[in-house]
Amino acid sequence: MRHLLSIADLSKIEAISILDTANELARVSDGAVKKLPTLRGRTIVNLFAEDSTRTRISFEAAAKRLSADVINFSAKGSSVSKGESLKDTAMTLQAMGADAVVIRHSASGAAQRLADSQWMSGSVVNAGDGTHEHPSQALLDAFTIRKHLGLGKSDLEGLSVAIVGDVLHSRVARSNVLLLAKLGAKVTLVAPPTLLPVGVESWPASVSYDFDSVIPFVDVVMMLRVQQERMTEMYFPNAREYSRYFGLNSDRMKSMKPGAIVMHPGPMNRGLEISAEVADSSRSVITEQVTNGVSVRMAILYVLLTGGSLEAGGN
Amino acid sequence: MSVALSAPDIKRALTRISHEILEKNQGASSIVLLGIPTRGAHLAQRIASIISEIEGVEISSGTLDITLFRDDLRLRAPKAIMPTTIPPSGVENRDVILVDDVLFSGRTIRSALDALGEIGRPRTVQLAALVDRGHRELPIKADFVGKNLPTSKSQSVRVLLSEIDGRDEVSIEGEAN
Repeated sequence: MRHLLSIADLSKIEAISILDTANELARVSDGAVKKLPTLRGRTIVNLFAEDSTRTRISFEAAAKRLSADVINFSAKGSSVSKGESLKDTAMTLQAMGADAVVIRHSASGAAQRLADSQWMSGSVVNAGDGTHEHPSQALLDAFTIRKHLGLGKSDLEGLSVAIVGDVLHSRVARSNVLLLAKLGAKVTLVAPPTLLPVGVESWPASVSYDFDSVIPFVDVVMMLRVQQERMTEMYFPNAREYSRYFGLNSDRMKSMKPGAIVMHPGPMNRGLEISAEVADSSRSVITEQVTNGVSVRMAILYVLLTGGSLEAGGN
Repeated sequence: MSVALSAPDIKRALTRISHEILEKNQGASSIVLLGIPTRGAHLAQRIASIISEIEGVEISSGTLDITLFRDDLRLRAPKAIMPTTIPPSGVENRDVILVDDVLFSGRTIRSALDALGEIGRPRTVQLAALVDRGHRELPIKADFVGKNLPTSKSQSVRVLLSEIDGRDEVSIEGEAN
Protein backbone atom coordinates (compact mmCIF):
# COMPACT_ATOMS: atom_id res chain seq x y z
CA MET A 1 0.00 0.00 0.00
CA ARG A 2 1.50 3.32 -1.01
CA HIS A 3 -1.29 5.88 -0.58
CA LEU A 4 -4.44 6.15 1.48
CA LEU A 5 -6.84 8.09 -0.70
CA SER A 6 -10.23 6.57 -0.13
CA ILE A 7 -11.91 3.72 1.67
CA ALA A 8 -13.11 2.47 -1.70
CA ASP A 9 -9.49 1.48 -2.51
CA LEU A 10 -9.09 -0.60 0.66
CA SER A 11 -9.87 -4.27 0.82
CA LYS A 12 -11.54 -5.67 3.91
CA ILE A 13 -8.31 -7.45 4.82
CA GLU A 14 -6.26 -4.25 4.51
CA ALA A 15 -8.75 -2.35 6.63
CA ILE A 16 -8.69 -5.00 9.35
CA SER A 17 -4.91 -5.12 9.31
CA ILE A 18 -4.80 -1.34 9.89
CA LEU A 19 -7.22 -1.72 12.80
CA ASP A 20 -5.19 -4.59 14.27
CA THR A 21 -1.96 -2.62 13.92
CA ALA A 22 -3.64 0.36 15.60
CA ASN A 23 -4.70 -1.91 18.42
CA GLU A 24 -1.12 -2.95 19.14
CA LEU A 25 0.09 0.64 18.78
CA ALA A 26 -2.57 1.78 21.24
CA ARG A 27 -1.20 -0.66 23.77
CA VAL A 28 2.22 0.82 23.22
CA SER A 29 0.89 4.34 23.81
CA ASP A 30 -0.88 3.18 26.99
CA GLY A 31 2.36 1.83 28.40
CA ALA A 32 5.52 3.51 29.52
CA VAL A 33 6.82 3.93 25.98
CA LYS A 34 5.34 6.96 24.29
CA LYS A 35 7.91 7.24 21.55
CA LEU A 36 9.00 4.64 19.05
CA PRO A 37 11.99 4.90 16.72
CA THR A 38 10.08 3.33 13.82
CA LEU A 39 10.00 6.27 11.39
CA ARG A 40 13.18 8.02 12.47
CA GLY A 41 14.61 10.16 9.70
CA ARG A 42 11.40 10.23 7.64
CA THR A 43 9.71 13.52 6.89
CA ILE A 44 5.95 13.90 6.96
CA VAL A 45 4.32 17.07 5.71
CA ASN A 46 0.91 18.16 6.93
CA LEU A 47 -0.50 20.10 4.00
CA PHE A 48 -3.70 21.65 5.24
CA ALA A 49 -5.43 23.89 2.75
CA GLU A 50 -8.56 23.90 4.87
CA ASP A 51 -9.15 24.48 8.57
CA SER A 52 -8.71 21.56 10.91
CA THR A 53 -7.78 21.15 14.53
CA ARG A 54 -8.11 17.56 15.52
CA THR A 55 -7.11 15.86 12.31
CA ARG A 56 -3.97 17.93 11.93
CA ILE A 57 -2.79 17.60 15.51
CA SER A 58 -3.77 13.95 15.50
CA PHE A 59 -1.57 13.25 12.47
CA GLU A 60 1.15 15.38 14.01
CA ALA A 61 1.03 13.46 17.31
CA ALA A 62 0.97 10.14 15.44
CA ALA A 63 4.01 11.07 13.35
CA LYS A 64 5.91 12.35 16.36
CA ARG A 65 5.25 9.23 18.42
CA LEU A 66 6.84 7.27 15.61
CA SER A 67 9.83 9.68 15.62
CA ALA A 68 9.19 11.13 12.17
CA ASP A 69 9.96 14.78 11.45
CA VAL A 70 6.81 16.82 10.90
CA ILE A 71 6.46 19.95 8.80
CA ASN A 72 3.18 21.82 8.99
CA PHE A 73 2.38 23.57 5.78
CA SER A 74 -0.60 25.83 5.41
CA ALA A 75 -1.44 26.53 1.80
CA LYS A 76 -4.19 28.93 2.68
CA GLY A 77 -4.52 32.25 1.00
CA SER A 78 -2.97 31.22 -2.27
CA SER A 79 -4.49 33.14 -5.16
CA VAL A 80 -3.30 30.73 -7.80
CA SER A 81 -5.93 28.43 -9.26
CA LYS A 82 -6.23 25.16 -7.36
CA GLY A 83 -4.57 22.79 -9.83
CA GLU A 84 -1.55 25.00 -10.29
CA SER A 85 -1.12 25.83 -6.67
CA LEU A 86 -1.28 22.18 -5.73
CA LYS A 87 1.35 21.38 -8.33
CA ASP A 88 3.71 24.09 -7.15
CA THR A 89 3.24 23.04 -3.57
CA ALA A 90 3.84 19.40 -4.40
CA MET A 91 7.04 20.20 -6.26
CA THR A 92 8.26 22.24 -3.31
CA LEU A 93 7.56 19.34 -1.00
CA GLN A 94 9.34 16.93 -3.33
CA ALA A 95 12.37 19.23 -3.36
CA MET A 96 12.33 19.20 0.45
CA GLY A 97 12.34 15.42 0.46
CA ALA A 98 8.95 14.68 1.98
CA ASP A 99 8.36 10.96 2.46
CA ALA A 100 4.64 11.45 2.97
CA VAL A 101 2.12 14.22 2.57
CA VAL A 102 -1.02 14.35 4.64
CA ILE A 103 -3.37 16.54 2.66
CA ARG A 104 -6.61 18.29 3.57
CA HIS A 105 -8.17 20.24 0.74
CA SER A 106 -11.53 21.78 0.00
CA ALA A 107 -11.58 20.31 -3.51
CA SER A 108 -12.88 16.75 -3.80
CA GLY A 109 -10.22 14.61 -5.47
CA ALA A 110 -7.26 16.79 -4.46
CA ALA A 111 -5.49 13.87 -2.77
CA GLN A 112 -6.07 11.64 -5.78
CA ARG A 113 -4.66 14.32 -8.08
CA LEU A 114 -1.54 14.60 -5.93
CA ALA A 115 -1.05 10.83 -5.87
CA ASP A 116 -1.61 10.33 -9.61
CA SER A 117 0.66 13.15 -10.65
CA GLN A 118 4.38 12.76 -11.12
CA TRP A 119 4.92 15.86 -9.02
CA MET A 120 6.21 14.04 -6.01
CA SER A 121 7.31 10.54 -5.13
CA GLY A 122 6.14 10.24 -1.52
CA SER A 123 3.02 8.65 -0.08
CA VAL A 124 -0.21 10.62 0.00
CA VAL A 125 -2.68 10.40 2.85
CA ASN A 126 -6.09 11.91 2.30
CA ALA A 127 -7.06 13.82 5.44
CA GLY A 128 -10.32 15.03 3.94
CA ASP A 129 -10.98 16.25 0.40
CA GLY A 130 -14.01 18.44 -0.13
CA THR A 131 -17.18 16.43 0.32
CA HIS A 132 -15.58 13.25 -0.99
CA GLU A 133 -13.79 11.16 1.65
CA HIS A 134 -12.04 11.23 5.00
CA PRO A 135 -10.66 7.70 5.28
CA SER A 136 -8.63 8.06 8.48
CA GLN A 137 -11.73 9.29 10.31
CA ALA A 138 -13.72 6.27 9.15
CA LEU A 139 -10.93 3.95 10.26
CA LEU A 140 -10.80 5.50 13.72
CA ASP A 141 -14.59 5.32 13.98
CA ALA A 142 -14.55 1.65 13.01
CA PHE A 143 -11.74 1.10 15.51
CA THR A 144 -13.76 2.74 18.27
CA ILE A 145 -16.88 0.74 17.43
CA ARG A 146 -14.93 -2.50 17.30
CA LYS A 147 -13.33 -1.76 20.65
CA HIS A 148 -16.68 -1.15 22.34
CA LEU A 149 -19.02 -3.56 20.62
CA GLY A 150 -16.86 -5.91 18.55
CA LEU A 151 -16.88 -8.75 21.11
CA GLY A 152 -13.34 -9.66 20.15
CA LYS A 153 -14.19 -10.18 16.49
CA SER A 154 -12.05 -8.66 13.77
CA ASP A 155 -14.95 -7.16 11.79
CA LEU A 156 -18.30 -5.51 12.62
CA GLU A 157 -20.61 -8.28 11.42
CA GLY A 158 -24.05 -8.07 13.01
CA LEU A 159 -23.82 -4.49 14.29
CA SER A 160 -26.10 -1.73 13.09
CA VAL A 161 -25.09 1.88 12.83
CA ALA A 162 -27.19 5.00 12.22
CA ILE A 163 -25.39 7.95 10.63
CA VAL A 164 -27.50 11.00 11.31
CA GLY A 165 -27.56 14.52 9.92
CA ASP A 166 -25.83 16.43 7.18
CA VAL A 167 -24.89 13.50 4.96
CA LEU A 168 -24.81 15.71 1.87
CA HIS A 169 -21.74 17.68 2.90
CA SER A 170 -20.11 14.96 4.92
CA ARG A 171 -16.99 13.18 3.74
CA VAL A 172 -17.01 11.45 7.12
CA ALA A 173 -20.36 9.86 6.28
CA ARG A 174 -19.21 8.80 2.84
CA SER A 175 -16.08 7.09 4.13
CA ASN A 176 -17.92 5.55 7.05
CA VAL A 177 -20.70 4.07 4.95
CA LEU A 178 -18.14 2.39 2.72
CA LEU A 179 -15.97 1.12 5.54
CA LEU A 180 -18.70 -0.01 7.95
CA ALA A 181 -20.51 -1.86 5.17
CA LYS A 182 -17.21 -3.43 4.10
CA LEU A 183 -16.71 -4.65 7.67
CA GLY A 184 -20.19 -6.19 7.75
CA ALA A 185 -22.19 -3.60 9.69
CA LYS A 186 -25.69 -2.56 8.66
CA VAL A 187 -25.76 1.18 8.05
CA THR A 188 -28.82 3.44 8.07
CA LEU A 189 -28.57 7.06 7.00
CA VAL A 190 -30.99 9.38 8.77
CA ALA A 191 -31.42 12.89 7.36
CA PRO A 192 -33.93 15.27 5.88
CA PRO A 193 -34.23 14.66 2.12
CA THR A 194 -32.53 17.99 1.42
CA LEU A 195 -29.37 16.84 3.18
CA LEU A 196 -28.97 13.57 1.28
CA PRO A 197 -26.78 13.51 -1.82
CA VAL A 198 -28.00 12.56 -5.26
CA GLY A 199 -27.39 8.86 -5.86
CA VAL A 200 -27.56 7.90 -2.19
CA GLU A 201 -29.68 4.89 -3.17
CA SER A 202 -26.57 3.31 -4.71
CA TRP A 203 -24.68 3.46 -1.40
CA PRO A 204 -24.46 0.30 0.70
CA ALA A 205 -26.86 1.77 3.27
CA SER A 206 -30.58 2.20 3.85
CA VAL A 207 -32.16 5.62 4.23
CA SER A 208 -34.71 6.91 6.73
CA TYR A 209 -36.23 10.34 7.33
CA ASP A 210 -37.50 9.39 10.77
CA PHE A 211 -34.86 9.36 13.50
CA ASP A 212 -37.26 8.11 16.21
CA SER A 213 -38.12 4.96 14.27
CA VAL A 214 -34.45 4.06 13.83
CA ILE A 215 -32.88 4.91 17.17
CA PRO A 216 -34.21 1.98 19.29
CA PHE A 217 -32.68 -0.60 16.94
CA VAL A 218 -29.10 0.54 16.44
CA ASP A 219 -25.91 -0.18 18.36
CA VAL A 220 -24.21 3.03 17.30
CA VAL A 221 -25.61 6.50 16.70
CA MET A 222 -23.11 8.56 14.77
CA MET A 223 -24.08 12.22 14.68
CA LEU A 224 -22.76 14.45 11.90
CA ARG A 225 -21.94 18.11 12.17
CA VAL A 226 -24.27 20.46 10.35
CA GLN A 227 -21.76 22.08 8.02
CA GLN A 228 -23.09 25.59 7.93
CA GLU A 229 -19.96 26.88 6.21
CA ARG A 230 -20.68 24.70 3.17
CA MET A 231 -24.38 25.57 3.04
CA THR A 232 -25.09 28.02 0.27
CA GLU A 233 -28.85 27.64 0.32
CA MET A 234 -31.63 26.75 2.74
CA TYR A 235 -31.59 23.07 3.61
CA PHE A 236 -33.96 23.22 6.57
CA PRO A 237 -36.35 25.90 7.84
CA ASN A 238 -34.48 26.77 11.02
CA ALA A 239 -32.05 25.37 13.56
CA ARG A 240 -34.71 24.66 16.15
CA GLU A 241 -36.76 22.56 13.77
CA TYR A 242 -33.68 20.64 12.62
CA SER A 243 -32.79 20.00 16.22
CA ARG A 244 -36.25 18.74 17.04
CA TYR A 245 -36.33 16.18 14.23
CA PHE A 246 -32.70 15.22 13.74
CA GLY A 247 -30.87 16.31 16.88
CA LEU A 248 -29.84 13.88 19.60
CA ASN A 249 -31.07 15.09 22.99
CA SER A 250 -31.38 13.26 26.30
CA ASP A 251 -35.05 12.38 25.70
CA ARG A 252 -34.22 10.69 22.45
CA MET A 253 -31.17 9.04 23.98
CA LYS A 254 -33.46 7.24 26.46
CA SER A 255 -34.87 5.12 23.65
CA MET A 256 -31.44 3.81 22.68
CA LYS A 257 -30.57 0.15 23.22
CA PRO A 258 -28.68 -0.68 26.41
CA GLY A 259 -24.97 -0.53 25.66
CA ALA A 260 -25.42 1.48 22.47
CA ILE A 261 -22.92 4.29 21.98
CA VAL A 262 -23.00 7.86 20.66
CA MET A 263 -20.29 9.13 18.33
CA HIS A 264 -19.49 12.45 16.68
CA PRO A 265 -16.49 13.23 14.47
CA GLY A 266 -16.23 16.77 15.88
CA PRO A 267 -16.26 19.67 15.99
CA MET A 268 -19.72 19.59 17.58
CA ASN A 269 -22.44 22.18 17.31
CA ARG A 270 -23.72 21.67 20.83
CA GLY A 271 -27.43 22.38 20.93
CA LEU A 272 -27.91 21.85 17.19
CA GLU A 273 -27.26 18.25 16.18
CA ILE A 274 -26.31 17.07 19.67
CA SER A 275 -27.25 18.38 23.09
CA ALA A 276 -24.61 19.07 25.69
CA GLU A 277 -26.03 16.42 28.08
CA VAL A 278 -25.71 13.74 25.39
CA ALA A 279 -22.22 14.81 24.39
CA ASP A 280 -21.05 14.55 27.99
CA SER A 281 -23.07 11.42 28.87
CA SER A 282 -21.69 7.99 29.60
CA ARG A 283 -22.87 6.72 26.20
CA SER A 284 -20.71 9.25 24.43
CA VAL A 285 -17.34 7.98 23.16
CA ILE A 286 -16.49 11.27 21.49
CA THR A 287 -13.26 12.01 23.37
CA GLU A 288 -12.22 8.41 23.00
CA GLN A 289 -12.55 8.82 19.23
CA VAL A 290 -9.89 11.52 19.47
CA THR A 291 -7.56 9.28 21.48
CA ASN A 292 -8.07 6.38 19.09
CA GLY A 293 -7.43 8.74 16.19
CA VAL A 294 -3.78 8.99 17.13
CA SER A 295 -3.31 5.20 17.26
CA VAL A 296 -5.12 4.67 13.96
CA ARG A 297 -3.07 7.37 12.25
CA MET A 298 0.11 5.85 13.63
CA ALA A 299 -0.98 2.57 12.05
CA ILE A 300 -1.67 4.30 8.72
CA LEU A 301 1.75 5.98 8.68
CA TYR A 302 3.40 2.72 9.72
CA VAL A 303 1.76 0.77 6.92
CA LEU A 304 2.45 3.41 4.27
CA LEU A 305 5.99 4.37 5.22
CA THR A 306 7.59 1.05 5.98
CA GLY A 307 8.57 -1.48 3.42
CA GLY A 308 9.79 -1.36 -0.11
CA SER A 309 9.08 -3.82 -2.82
CA LEU A 310 10.56 -6.80 -0.98
CA GLU A 311 7.93 -9.07 0.51
CA ALA A 312 10.43 -11.50 2.05
CA GLY A 313 10.06 -12.95 5.50
CA GLY A 314 13.08 -13.93 7.52
CA ASN A 315 14.30 -15.23 10.79
CA MET B 1 15.76 -30.92 3.63
CA SER B 2 17.36 -32.55 6.63
CA VAL B 3 16.03 -32.79 10.14
CA ALA B 4 18.44 -31.23 12.61
CA LEU B 5 16.43 -31.58 15.81
CA SER B 6 13.58 -34.01 16.46
CA ALA B 7 10.85 -33.45 19.05
CA PRO B 8 12.74 -35.28 21.85
CA ASP B 9 15.93 -33.38 20.92
CA ILE B 10 14.08 -30.07 21.31
CA LYS B 11 12.67 -31.17 24.66
CA ARG B 12 16.11 -32.17 25.93
CA ALA B 13 17.68 -28.94 24.67
CA LEU B 14 15.06 -26.80 26.42
CA THR B 15 15.47 -28.77 29.63
CA ARG B 16 19.23 -28.26 29.53
CA ILE B 17 18.83 -24.54 28.77
CA SER B 18 16.45 -24.24 31.73
CA HIS B 19 19.01 -25.81 34.05
CA GLU B 20 21.76 -23.59 32.67
CA ILE B 21 19.64 -20.48 33.23
CA LEU B 22 19.03 -21.50 36.84
CA GLU B 23 22.68 -22.31 37.39
CA LYS B 24 23.93 -19.05 35.96
CA ASN B 25 21.39 -16.92 37.82
CA GLN B 26 21.53 -18.88 41.08
CA GLY B 27 17.87 -19.77 41.09
CA ALA B 28 14.77 -18.32 39.57
CA SER B 29 14.05 -15.45 41.96
CA SER B 30 15.31 -12.62 39.77
CA ILE B 31 14.74 -13.89 36.25
CA VAL B 32 12.22 -12.63 33.70
CA LEU B 33 11.77 -14.64 30.51
CA LEU B 34 10.82 -12.64 27.43
CA GLY B 35 10.15 -14.46 24.17
CA ILE B 36 10.37 -12.77 20.79
CA PRO B 37 7.16 -13.48 18.83
CA THR B 38 6.09 -15.70 17.35
CA ARG B 39 8.05 -18.85 18.09
CA GLY B 40 10.38 -17.36 20.66
CA ALA B 41 7.32 -16.53 22.76
CA HIS B 42 6.25 -20.18 22.79
CA LEU B 43 9.78 -21.29 23.65
CA ALA B 44 9.89 -18.81 26.54
CA GLN B 45 6.63 -20.25 27.80
CA ARG B 46 8.02 -23.77 27.66
CA ILE B 47 11.21 -22.79 29.46
CA ALA B 48 9.13 -21.01 32.10
CA SER B 49 7.07 -24.12 32.76
CA ILE B 50 10.19 -26.34 32.92
CA ILE B 51 11.82 -23.93 35.40
CA SER B 52 8.60 -23.76 37.43
CA GLU B 53 8.65 -27.55 37.65
CA ILE B 54 12.30 -27.74 38.71
CA GLU B 55 12.11 -24.95 41.28
CA GLY B 56 8.59 -25.55 42.47
CA VAL B 57 7.66 -21.88 42.08
CA GLU B 58 5.50 -20.35 39.40
CA ILE B 59 7.60 -18.49 36.81
CA SER B 60 5.76 -16.46 34.21
CA SER B 61 7.05 -15.46 30.81
CA GLY B 62 6.28 -12.46 28.66
CA THR B 63 6.68 -11.45 25.05
CA LEU B 64 8.69 -8.64 23.50
CA ASP B 65 7.74 -7.56 20.00
CA ILE B 66 10.57 -5.95 18.10
CA THR B 67 8.82 -5.02 14.84
CA LEU B 68 8.76 -1.28 15.50
CA PHE B 69 12.46 -1.31 16.40
CA ARG B 70 13.78 -3.13 13.32
CA ASP B 71 16.49 -1.48 11.28
CA ASP B 72 15.16 -2.78 7.97
CA LEU B 73 11.68 -1.24 8.04
CA ARG B 74 12.44 0.81 4.96
CA LEU B 75 13.31 -2.28 2.99
CA ARG B 76 10.67 -4.78 3.96
CA ALA B 77 6.95 -4.85 3.59
CA PRO B 78 5.31 -3.88 6.88
CA LYS B 79 4.96 -6.72 9.31
CA ALA B 80 2.06 -7.25 11.64
CA ILE B 81 2.81 -5.92 15.09
CA MET B 82 2.58 -8.62 17.75
CA PRO B 83 1.68 -8.01 21.37
CA THR B 84 4.30 -7.12 23.95
CA THR B 85 3.42 -8.39 27.42
CA ILE B 86 5.69 -7.82 30.36
CA PRO B 87 5.14 -9.96 33.49
CA PRO B 88 3.88 -7.95 36.48
CA SER B 89 7.32 -8.03 38.11
CA GLY B 90 8.59 -5.68 35.38
CA VAL B 91 12.15 -5.72 34.11
CA GLU B 92 13.70 -3.11 36.38
CA ASN B 93 16.77 -4.60 38.11
CA ARG B 94 15.81 -8.08 36.94
CA ASP B 95 17.81 -10.61 34.97
CA VAL B 96 16.02 -10.65 31.66
CA ILE B 97 16.45 -13.67 29.44
CA LEU B 98 15.50 -13.05 25.84
CA VAL B 99 14.33 -16.17 24.05
CA ASP B 100 14.29 -16.64 20.28
CA ASP B 101 14.09 -19.64 18.01
CA VAL B 102 16.96 -18.98 15.60
CA LEU B 103 19.98 -16.76 16.16
CA PHE B 104 21.29 -15.64 12.77
CA SER B 105 22.43 -12.11 11.87
CA GLY B 106 21.88 -10.80 15.40
CA ARG B 107 19.77 -7.91 14.14
CA THR B 108 16.60 -9.14 15.81
CA ILE B 109 18.43 -9.19 19.13
CA ARG B 110 19.79 -5.69 18.57
CA SER B 111 16.21 -4.52 18.00
CA ALA B 112 15.11 -6.42 21.10
CA LEU B 113 17.74 -4.63 23.19
CA ASP B 114 16.39 -1.31 21.93
CA ALA B 115 12.80 -2.35 22.66
CA LEU B 116 13.80 -3.52 26.13
CA GLY B 117 15.61 -0.27 26.84
CA GLU B 118 12.32 1.59 26.34
CA ILE B 119 10.64 -0.53 28.98
CA GLY B 120 13.19 -0.35 31.75
CA ARG B 121 16.71 -1.06 32.90
CA PRO B 122 17.31 -4.73 33.67
CA ARG B 123 20.31 -5.74 35.78
CA THR B 124 21.46 -8.12 33.06
CA VAL B 125 20.15 -9.18 29.70
CA GLN B 126 20.91 -12.72 28.58
CA LEU B 127 20.04 -14.55 25.41
CA ALA B 128 18.74 -18.05 24.86
CA ALA B 129 18.30 -19.45 21.36
CA LEU B 130 17.10 -22.87 20.31
CA VAL B 131 19.37 -22.81 17.27
CA ASP B 132 22.50 -20.79 16.56
CA ARG B 133 23.16 -20.97 12.84
CA GLY B 134 26.10 -18.54 12.72
CA HIS B 135 26.63 -15.72 10.18
CA ARG B 136 26.47 -12.92 12.72
CA GLU B 137 26.44 -9.37 11.36
CA LEU B 138 26.68 -7.74 14.78
CA PRO B 139 28.79 -8.40 17.89
CA ILE B 140 26.09 -10.45 19.64
CA LYS B 141 26.33 -13.92 21.14
CA ALA B 142 23.94 -16.25 22.91
CA ASP B 143 24.39 -17.27 26.56
CA PHE B 144 22.30 -20.42 26.15
CA VAL B 145 22.14 -22.41 22.92
CA GLY B 146 20.03 -25.47 22.17
CA LYS B 147 22.16 -26.51 19.23
CA ASN B 148 24.83 -24.94 17.07
CA LEU B 149 23.92 -25.65 13.46
CA PRO B 150 26.59 -24.91 10.88
CA THR B 151 24.75 -23.67 7.80
CA SER B 152 25.57 -21.83 4.63
CA LYS B 153 23.96 -18.44 4.14
CA SER B 154 21.84 -19.68 1.26
CA GLN B 155 20.16 -22.31 3.40
CA SER B 156 17.27 -21.60 5.68
CA VAL B 157 16.48 -23.04 9.08
CA ARG B 158 12.87 -23.95 9.73
CA VAL B 159 11.60 -24.29 13.28
CA LEU B 160 8.26 -25.99 13.84
CA LEU B 161 6.60 -25.90 17.24
CA SER B 162 3.55 -27.92 18.23
CA GLU B 163 1.71 -24.81 19.54
CA ILE B 164 1.43 -23.36 16.03
CA ASP B 165 2.69 -25.96 13.59
CA GLY B 166 1.27 -29.11 15.15
CA ARG B 167 4.65 -30.75 15.78
CA ASP B 168 8.16 -30.04 17.04
CA GLU B 169 11.00 -30.14 14.56
CA VAL B 170 13.98 -28.12 13.37
CA SER B 171 15.15 -28.69 9.81
CA ILE B 172 17.61 -27.20 7.36
CA GLU B 173 16.35 -26.44 3.89
CA GLY B 174 18.40 -25.91 0.77
CA GLU B 175 21.82 -27.17 -0.26
CA ALA B 176 25.06 -26.22 1.40
CA ASN B 177 27.25 -24.63 -1.25
